[in-house]
Amino acid sequence: MDETQSVFSLLALGAGGWGDELLIGATLTITLALTTLPFGLLLGFLVALAKNSNEPTLVANGQIFTTLFRGLPELLTLFLVYYGGQPLLQAVWSGLGGGYIEVSPFVAGVIALSLVLGAFSSEVFLSAIRAVPRGQDEASHALGLSPVKGLCLVKLPQIIRIALPGLSNLWLVLLKDTSLVSVIALNDLLRQTNIAVGSTKQPFLFYSVACLIYLTLSLVSSVGLGRLETWAQKGQRDA
Amino acid sequence: MREAGALDTAAAPPATATPARTQSGARARPAPVASRGWLTRQRLLGSGLLALWAAAFGGLVWYAVSTYDADIYSKYLPRLVDGLGVTLKLVIISITLGALLAIPIALARVSGNRVYASTALGYGYLFRGTPLLAQTFLVYFGAGQFNEELQAVGLWWLFREALYCVILTFTLNTAAYQAEIFAGAIRAVPKGQWEAGRAVGLSEATIFRRIIVPQAMTIALRPFGNEIILMIKGSAIASVVTVFELMGETRLAYSRTFDFTPYLWAAVFYLVIVEILRRVWDRIEFILTRHLRR
Repeated sequence: MDETQSVFSLLALGAGGWGDELLIGATLTITLALTTLPFGLLLGFLVALAKNSNEPTLVANGQIFTTLFRGLPELLTLFLVYYGGQPLLQAVWSGLGGGYIEVSPFVAGVIALSLVLGAFSSEVFLSAIRAVPRGQDEASHALGLSPVKGLCLVKLPQIIRIALPGLSNLWLVLLKDTSLVSVIALNDLLRQTNIAVGSTKQPFLFYSVACLIYLTLSLVSSVGLGRLETWAQKGQRDA
Repeated sequence: MREAGALDTAAAPPATATPARTQSGARARPAPVASRGWLTRQRLLGSGLLALWAAAFGGLVWYAVSTYDADIYSKYLPRLVDGLGVTLKLVIISITLGALLAIPIALARVSGNRVYASTALGYGYLFRGTPLLAQTFLVYFGAGQFNEELQAVGLWWLFREALYCVILTFTLNTAAYQAEIFAGAIRAVPKGQWEAGRAVGLSEATIFRRIIVPQAMTIALRPFGNEIILMIKGSAIASVVTVFELMGETRLAYSRTFDFTPYLWAAVFYLVIVEILRRVWDRIEFILTRHLRR
């Protein structure tokens, strides 16, 4: 492409520019992060419950999980899941009499990012669980709620309120970590940018634009999360 | 469920409620919870999961042993160890340079001067709001576009080498995070410390240097350790732009042999470094905060 081509035509939507490709990539980035979120948070909450239990074997499980996935680089976790999960799943599947099976980069990305988010969020959840006064447990017991109901109806709303600032941080980290999937050929924002750079030879322009898009996503989420935190605090305003 | 008050529970038998204190300060101990036998549902679940972990680790060891190839070990294990050296060098240089850069940025954040503070804040947003991988690409590939201009100002040597580009990016990135940590720590020192310093007639600079900074350093210690760990893990990103640190050597070994074991070695290396650092940091914190314990 012509060096003197204007920035606007390079970033235009449609066949001539790369604007639409970048937006498609950004959509995939958001989809990946949003898909990971429920799995990662559920995993993190369960691991936190395990680490908070009186049962030493459950605590040990939680510790092993956290040590592993907090200590491994996210990129390595992704490779372990993508390159290691494939043959493993294949072996198990053929053992069960199945045929060829393939782990898509998207699924590998969701699994790897969920494991990482689970490990980090379990620590946030754990301190939140411990910050809820014990009297709440006793009160729900006194009201005749079962332990599960007491957890879901009485403690969980409080846990969420306390954990929300920590979880907001983790969401921002997750949003940035999605960029790693570009390395395993998933067409997220960063990989679409790589493709645009390869074709236009304008790395500075396109990577700057990609960074700006990430920055916008972070800023928009910060504002949204700030609102969410205010909402979660609404019963606490006097405190 | 375990209570928040770990100190109180140390003396009490497990699985009892938090001991309430009576007015005289004596400890009232609630009735012990009836034991529900040795094999609870929780223990069954916990042991089952532990068995799964054991099977998984056993499987990995079995995989490594069954695919053992002396050539791969003798050829690639030393390279991975070299890569580990590069990783450590990369992290130490970036963290040190980043700290030097972070100090003025943190001072700007807490200076009270609106121009300085907002510039520092903007810097932080820029580097903390975008992925490290995208920043690395921007510096490494973006600089290539300005090849001639950079040669003209004599900076091309810096941007020609992937390793230097990565160190530059990591330094700028960690400086943003470290500045946030330092500024937060300085703000976390109670205002009374400033007032007390003024009351005894110390100058603002002396108060800052002799009273605020030593206390802020203890506060910043733990997040600073976390930042080093994040940098060690983040340094794996350097492999994407052809730097042969631990991850780079690992990917090279895998792409040449299609043997998965190098990834397992790398995982062990990373976990060991991070665990060592975590323990050393716990120790340092223990030593530095001994005056706060009774």
